[in-house]
Amino acid sequence: MITITHYLVLSLVLFTLGVVGMVIRRNFITLLMCVELIINAATINFIAFSRQAGDVTGQVFAVFLITIAAAEAAIGLGIIVALVRLKQTVQLDQANVMRG
Amino acid sequence: MLDWLVAHVVPIVFYTAAVLVVAGAIGVIWFRNPIHAALSLLATFLAVAGLFVLQHAEFIAAVQIVVYAGGVMVLFLFVMMLVNVRTLPREYQYVRSLLPAAVVTGGFLAAVVAAGLFARSYLAAADPAALTAVEGQTMGNTEAVGWVLYRDFLLPFEVVSLVLLVAMLGAIVMGRKDRREEDAGEEAR
Repeated sequence: MITITHYLVLSLVLFTLGVVGMVIRRNFITLLMCVELIINAATINFIAFSRQAGDVTGQVFAVFLITIAAAEAAIGLGIIVALVRLKQTVQLDQANVMRG
Repeated sequence: MLDWLVAHVVPIVFYTAAVLVVAGAIGVIWFRNPIHAALSLLATFLAVAGLFVLQHAEFIAAVQIVVYAGGVMVLFLFVMMLVNVRTLPREYQYVRSLLPAAVVTGGFLAAVVAAGLFARSYLAAADPAALTAVEGQTMGNTEAVGWVLYRDFLLPFEVVSLVLLVAMLGAIVMGRKDRREEDAGEEAR
Protein backbone atom coordinates (compact mmCIF):
# COMPACT_ATOMS: atom_id res chain seq x y z
CA MET A 1 0.00 0.00 0.00
CA ILE A 2 1.57 3.25 -1.14
CA THR A 3 0.37 6.11 1.04
CA ILE A 4 1.01 9.83 0.86
CA THR A 5 3.84 9.33 3.37
CA HIS A 6 5.83 7.42 0.77
CA TYR A 7 5.55 10.33 -1.65
CA LEU A 8 6.42 12.88 1.02
CA VAL A 9 9.53 10.95 2.08
CA LEU A 10 10.61 10.56 -1.56
CA SER A 11 10.05 14.29 -2.10
CA LEU A 12 12.07 15.04 1.03
CA VAL A 13 14.97 12.88 -0.16
CA LEU A 14 14.88 14.61 -3.55
CA PHE A 15 14.83 18.05 -1.88
CA THR A 16 17.72 17.13 0.40
CA LEU A 17 19.78 15.86 -2.53
CA GLY A 18 19.13 19.18 -4.27
CA VAL A 19 20.28 21.14 -1.23
CA VAL A 20 23.37 18.94 -0.81
CA GLY A 21 24.21 19.50 -4.46
CA MET A 22 23.86 23.27 -4.07
CA VAL A 23 26.16 23.20 -1.04
CA ILE A 24 28.95 20.96 -2.32
CA ARG A 25 29.16 21.90 -6.00
CA ARG A 26 30.77 24.99 -7.45
CA ASN A 27 29.63 24.60 -11.04
CA PHE A 28 26.89 27.12 -11.93
CA ILE A 29 25.24 24.74 -14.42
CA THR A 30 25.07 21.94 -11.84
CA LEU A 31 23.66 24.40 -9.32
CA LEU A 32 20.80 25.25 -11.67
CA MET A 33 20.10 21.54 -12.08
CA CYS A 34 19.92 21.22 -8.30
CA VAL A 35 17.33 24.01 -8.24
CA GLU A 36 15.32 21.97 -10.75
CA LEU A 37 15.56 18.97 -8.40
CA ILE A 38 14.20 21.07 -5.53
CA ILE A 39 11.31 22.38 -7.63
CA ASN A 40 10.51 18.82 -8.72
CA ALA A 41 10.35 17.79 -5.07
CA ALA A 42 7.82 20.56 -4.46
CA THR A 43 5.78 19.44 -7.47
CA ILE A 44 5.67 15.86 -6.13
CA ASN A 45 4.27 17.26 -2.88
CA PHE A 46 1.58 19.26 -4.71
CA ILE A 47 0.48 16.22 -6.70
CA ALA A 48 0.54 13.93 -3.63
CA PHE A 49 -1.66 16.30 -1.63
CA SER A 50 -3.95 16.82 -4.61
CA ARG A 51 -4.45 13.04 -4.77
CA GLN A 52 -4.90 12.87 -1.02
CA ALA A 53 -7.54 15.59 -0.87
CA GLY A 54 -9.26 14.65 -4.11
CA ASP A 55 -8.95 18.24 -5.34
CA VAL A 56 -7.60 19.26 -8.76
CA THR A 57 -6.31 22.59 -7.41
CA GLY A 58 -3.00 20.98 -6.46
CA GLN A 59 -2.47 19.96 -10.07
CA VAL A 60 -3.24 23.51 -11.24
CA PHE A 61 -0.54 24.78 -8.88
CA ALA A 62 1.83 22.16 -10.27
CA VAL A 63 1.28 23.79 -13.69
CA PHE A 64 2.26 27.17 -12.22
CA LEU A 65 5.29 25.61 -10.55
CA ILE A 66 6.51 24.07 -13.81
CA THR A 67 6.08 27.45 -15.52
CA ILE A 68 8.14 29.19 -12.84
CA ALA A 69 10.81 26.49 -13.15
CA ALA A 70 11.02 27.07 -16.89
CA ALA A 71 11.34 30.83 -16.40
CA GLU A 72 14.03 30.24 -13.77
CA ALA A 73 15.98 27.98 -16.13
CA ALA A 74 15.82 30.57 -18.92
CA ILE A 75 17.07 33.37 -16.65
CA GLY A 76 19.75 31.20 -15.03
CA LEU A 77 21.12 30.01 -18.35
CA GLY A 78 21.12 33.63 -19.58
CA ILE A 79 23.24 34.50 -16.54
CA ILE A 80 25.58 31.60 -17.37
CA VAL A 81 26.08 32.89 -20.92
CA ALA A 82 26.80 36.39 -19.58
CA LEU A 83 29.18 34.99 -16.92
CA VAL A 84 31.13 32.94 -19.45
CA ARG A 85 31.42 35.98 -21.71
CA LEU A 86 32.72 38.07 -18.79
CA LYS A 87 34.97 35.61 -16.92
CA GLN A 88 35.40 32.57 -19.21
CA THR A 89 34.30 30.29 -16.35
CA VAL A 90 31.24 28.67 -14.84
CA GLN A 91 32.88 28.16 -11.43
CA LEU A 92 30.96 30.25 -8.94
CA ASP A 93 33.94 31.14 -6.73
CA GLN A 94 35.60 32.75 -9.76
CA ALA A 95 32.66 35.18 -9.98
CA ASN A 96 33.80 37.33 -7.06
CA VAL A 97 33.64 40.82 -8.58
CA MET A 98 31.23 42.00 -5.88
CA ARG A 99 33.18 40.51 -2.95
CA GLY A 100 33.83 43.31 -0.45
CA MET B 1 3.30 -14.62 -11.59
CA LEU B 2 1.09 -12.46 -13.80
CA ASP B 3 -1.58 -12.27 -11.10
CA TRP B 4 1.04 -11.18 -8.58
CA LEU B 5 2.28 -8.49 -10.97
CA VAL B 6 -1.23 -7.17 -11.58
CA ALA B 7 -2.02 -7.17 -7.88
CA HIS B 8 1.16 -5.27 -7.00
CA VAL B 9 1.48 -2.94 -9.98
CA VAL B 10 1.27 0.25 -7.89
CA PRO B 11 4.10 -0.59 -5.44
CA ILE B 12 6.26 -1.97 -8.26
CA VAL B 13 5.89 1.18 -10.37
CA PHE B 14 6.31 3.43 -7.33
CA TYR B 15 9.52 1.82 -6.09
CA THR B 16 10.99 1.57 -9.58
CA ALA B 17 10.28 5.25 -10.21
CA ALA B 18 11.51 6.21 -6.73
CA VAL B 19 14.82 4.41 -7.23
CA LEU B 20 15.20 6.11 -10.63
CA VAL B 21 14.40 9.53 -9.12
CA VAL B 22 16.94 9.17 -6.33
CA ALA B 23 19.61 7.61 -8.56
CA GLY B 24 19.16 10.40 -11.11
CA ALA B 25 19.40 13.05 -8.40
CA ILE B 26 22.56 11.48 -6.99
CA GLY B 27 23.97 11.41 -10.51
CA VAL B 28 23.28 15.14 -10.91
CA ILE B 29 25.47 16.01 -7.94
CA TRP B 30 27.99 13.22 -8.60
CA PHE B 31 29.05 13.61 -12.24
CA ARG B 32 31.69 16.24 -12.88
CA ASN B 33 30.88 16.41 -16.57
CA PRO B 34 27.78 18.67 -16.77
CA ILE B 35 26.47 16.79 -19.80
CA HIS B 36 26.40 13.53 -17.84
CA ALA B 37 24.69 15.39 -15.00
CA ALA B 38 22.08 16.75 -17.43
CA LEU B 39 21.29 13.28 -18.79
CA SER B 40 21.02 12.00 -15.23
CA LEU B 41 18.60 14.85 -14.50
CA LEU B 42 16.57 13.71 -17.52
CA ALA B 43 16.10 10.28 -15.88
CA THR B 44 14.81 12.01 -12.75
CA PHE B 45 12.33 14.11 -14.75
CA LEU B 46 10.94 11.07 -16.57
CA ALA B 47 10.62 9.04 -13.38
CA VAL B 48 8.81 11.92 -11.67
CA ALA B 49 6.40 11.98 -14.62
CA GLY B 50 5.77 8.29 -13.95
CA LEU B 51 4.94 9.10 -10.33
CA PHE B 52 2.41 11.70 -11.54
CA VAL B 53 0.67 9.11 -13.70
CA LEU B 54 0.50 6.85 -10.66
CA GLN B 55 -1.37 9.58 -8.79
CA HIS B 56 -4.00 10.22 -11.44
CA ALA B 57 -2.35 13.44 -12.67
CA GLU B 58 -1.99 12.45 -16.31
CA PHE B 59 -2.03 16.01 -17.65
CA ILE B 60 0.75 17.14 -15.31
CA ALA B 61 2.78 14.06 -16.32
CA ALA B 62 2.49 15.09 -19.97
CA VAL B 63 3.40 18.70 -19.13
CA GLN B 64 6.35 17.46 -17.09
CA ILE B 65 7.71 15.51 -20.07
CA VAL B 66 7.04 18.25 -22.64
CA VAL B 67 8.35 21.18 -20.59
CA TYR B 68 11.18 19.58 -18.62
CA ALA B 69 12.43 16.79 -20.87
CA GLY B 70 11.60 18.70 -24.05
CA GLY B 71 12.23 22.33 -23.11
CA VAL B 72 14.38 22.83 -20.05
CA MET B 73 16.70 19.91 -20.84
CA VAL B 74 17.27 21.08 -24.42
CA LEU B 75 17.96 24.57 -23.05
CA PHE B 76 20.57 23.17 -20.64
CA LEU B 77 22.30 21.10 -23.32
CA PHE B 78 22.11 24.01 -25.76
CA VAL B 79 23.81 26.39 -23.34
CA MET B 80 26.46 23.79 -22.50
CA MET B 81 27.30 23.51 -26.17
CA LEU B 82 27.13 27.29 -26.62
CA VAL B 83 29.65 27.97 -23.82
CA ASN B 84 31.64 24.87 -24.88
CA VAL B 85 32.05 23.19 -21.50
CA ARG B 86 35.16 21.26 -22.58
CA THR B 87 37.34 24.31 -23.06
CA LEU B 88 36.45 25.69 -19.63
CA PRO B 89 38.72 24.87 -16.69
CA ARG B 90 37.67 21.70 -14.89
CA GLU B 91 35.91 21.96 -11.58
CA TYR B 92 38.91 21.65 -9.31
CA GLN B 93 37.40 20.49 -6.04
CA TYR B 94 34.34 19.98 -3.99
CA VAL B 95 33.98 21.91 -0.78
CA ARG B 96 37.01 20.99 1.36
CA SER B 97 35.09 19.36 4.17
CA LEU B 98 31.73 17.79 3.49
CA LEU B 99 31.09 17.40 7.20
CA PRO B 100 29.19 20.68 7.83
CA ALA B 101 26.99 20.15 4.78
CA ALA B 102 26.37 16.51 5.73
CA VAL B 103 25.47 17.41 9.32
CA VAL B 104 23.12 20.23 8.36
CA THR B 105 21.24 18.40 5.63
CA GLY B 106 21.25 15.06 7.45
CA GLY B 107 19.91 16.66 10.61
CA PHE B 108 17.22 18.43 8.60
CA LEU B 109 16.21 15.19 6.90
CA ALA B 110 16.11 13.26 10.17
CA ALA B 111 14.07 15.99 11.87
CA VAL B 112 11.41 16.08 9.16
CA VAL B 113 11.19 12.28 8.89
CA ALA B 114 10.85 12.02 12.68
CA ALA B 115 8.14 14.68 12.68
CA GLY B 116 6.31 12.80 9.93
CA LEU B 117 6.56 9.47 11.76
CA PHE B 118 5.35 10.88 15.07
CA ALA B 119 2.49 12.84 13.56
CA ARG B 120 0.78 9.91 11.85
CA SER B 121 -2.59 11.60 11.60
CA TYR B 122 -3.09 11.67 7.85
CA LEU B 123 -6.51 10.92 6.44
CA ALA B 124 -7.26 8.09 4.10
CA ALA B 125 -6.70 9.04 0.46
CA ALA B 126 -9.73 10.43 -1.34
CA ASP B 127 -11.48 8.56 -4.10
CA PRO B 128 -9.46 9.14 -7.30
CA ALA B 129 -12.75 9.76 -9.13
CA ALA B 130 -12.84 13.12 -7.32
CA LEU B 131 -9.89 14.21 -9.47
CA THR B 132 -11.95 13.97 -12.63
CA ALA B 133 -15.10 15.64 -11.35
CA VAL B 134 -15.89 19.34 -11.31
CA GLU B 135 -19.20 20.44 -9.85
CA GLY B 136 -20.60 16.94 -10.06
CA GLN B 137 -19.74 16.47 -13.72
CA THR B 138 -17.38 13.67 -14.62
CA MET B 139 -14.71 14.51 -17.19
CA GLY B 140 -11.11 13.71 -18.07
CA ASN B 141 -8.22 14.83 -15.92
CA THR B 142 -7.06 17.39 -18.49
CA GLU B 143 -10.54 18.85 -18.76
CA ALA B 144 -10.86 19.06 -14.97
CA VAL B 145 -7.51 20.85 -14.67
CA GLY B 146 -8.58 23.21 -17.45
CA TRP B 147 -11.87 24.00 -15.74
CA VAL B 148 -10.25 24.83 -12.42
CA LEU B 149 -7.37 26.70 -14.06
CA TYR B 150 -9.50 29.00 -16.21
CA ARG B 151 -12.43 29.39 -13.85
CA ASP B 152 -10.85 29.76 -10.39
CA PHE B 153 -7.29 30.77 -11.25
CA LEU B 154 -7.65 33.05 -14.26
CA LEU B 155 -5.79 36.00 -12.69
CA PRO B 156 -2.83 33.88 -11.45
CA PHE B 157 -2.70 32.35 -14.92
CA GLU B 158 -2.36 35.79 -16.53
CA VAL B 159 0.25 36.83 -13.97
CA VAL B 160 2.28 33.70 -14.70
CA SER B 161 2.17 34.51 -18.40
CA LEU B 162 3.59 37.95 -17.53
CA VAL B 163 6.34 36.27 -15.51
CA LEU B 164 7.23 34.19 -18.56
CA LEU B 165 7.31 37.29 -20.75
CA VAL B 166 9.61 39.11 -18.31
CA ALA B 167 11.85 36.03 -18.04
CA MET B 168 12.12 35.85 -21.81
CA LEU B 169 13.01 39.56 -22.05
CA GLY B 170 15.54 39.15 -19.23
CA ALA B 171 17.20 36.22 -20.94
CA ILE B 172 17.42 38.17 -24.20
CA VAL B 173 18.89 41.25 -22.49
CA MET B 174 21.46 39.18 -20.58
CA GLY B 175 22.33 37.07 -23.58
CA ARG B 176 23.18 39.96 -25.91
CA LYS B 177 26.62 41.47 -26.14
CA ASP B 178 27.56 44.55 -24.20
CA ARG B 179 26.39 47.70 -26.03
CA ARG B 180 29.77 49.41 -25.61
CA GLU B 181 31.60 46.40 -27.05
CA GLU B 182 29.33 46.49 -30.07
CA ASP B 183 29.88 50.21 -30.65
CA ALA B 184 33.63 49.86 -30.23
CA GLY B 185 33.63 47.03 -32.73
CA GLU B 186 31.72 49.10 -35.26
CA GLU B 187 34.01 52.11 -34.85
CA ALA B 188 37.06 49.92 -35.33
CA ARG B 189 35.60 48.70 -38.58
